[in-house]
Amino acid sequence: MGKLTIEELRKIREKAKRSTNLRDAQGKAKITVHMGTCGIASGAREVMDALLDAIDRYGIRDVLVTTSGCAGLCSHEPMATVEYHGSPPVKYAKLTPEKIERILLEHADKGHMVEEYALAIGSEKMS
Amino acid sequence: MKELSLHILDIIENSTRAGAKNVEIVIEESRKEDYLVIEIIDDGCGMDDQTLTKVLNPFFTTKDVRRVGIGLSMFRQAALRAGGDLTVRSAPSKGTHVTARFKYAHIDRQPMGDMASTITTVLISNPDLEIVYRHAVDGDQFVFDTRVVRSVLGDVTISSPDVARFICDIIRARQNLD
Repeated sequence: MGKLTIEELRKIREKAKRSTNLRDAQGKAKITVHMGTCGIASGAREVMDALLDAIDRYGIRDVLVTTSGCAGLCSHEPMATVEYHGSPPVKYAKLTPEKIERILLEHADKGHMVEEYALAIGSEKMS
Repeated sequence: MKELSLHILDIIENSTRAGAKNVEIVIEESRKEDYLVIEIIDDGCGMDDQTLTKVLNPFFTTKDVRRVGIGLSMFRQAALRAGGDLTVRSAPSKGTHVTARFKYAHIDRQPMGDMASTITTVLISNPDLEIVYRHAVDGDQFVFDTRVVRSVLGDVTISSPDVARFICDIIRARQNLD
């Protein structure tokens, strides 16, 4: 098997050239997938996979994606927080690949919160 | 956890929260000799002896959002269930080395699962983390090193969703083909 080949690295470089996600770029929205032990065990990685797949498939280039740890609401995992520019953060709970795709398209891309999946509006930090 | 790759993701999340800048993942599978070993080595803040004695206790955590810390203890249970064990070596400011051993053919051994997805998820959340991932199956080894990938990316961050997704597909294709 060995290391990545020159051809694979060339393909990665070509993909990077087409990307507009430059280092430290500011997106119009940020999606944080909660990736604590509880989130991972509940399907957070599958949610992340679906999110990346949808971003690639729909060609969305100005949404930042990251992860965080456990927010203390383990029974609601998998969870994600969406921060749309100029609006308070919204926590979404009990996510599935289908739900995160809809949240990406409606909230992160267009700024319309998907109320039926939302758990809370407000700060990421639980007190 | 459904897969070993999810345990690995969980342990690396611990590494990054411990301030690791470098993480090495070494997986060795030997069907002939019936073993599977997973090592996760980081250069995070490490733990003192007192913390180390509690780290496999599911009711011990350094976090303040809840009172349980089940990641490592669940990984250890997965190893014990499959005829193996898990050890943790660590020292303050010297990092942590987690080693999990399994009987390869044990009926209760979880599948390895999607390591490409685990690597991608770590890349997304930790754009500056250097990862070396070595995975040997019956002596045939695959190596992924973020420093090599970074050298061809130019101004684009390795955590760009489209680039990370593309890297994931390449790792996945490699592991499915070989």
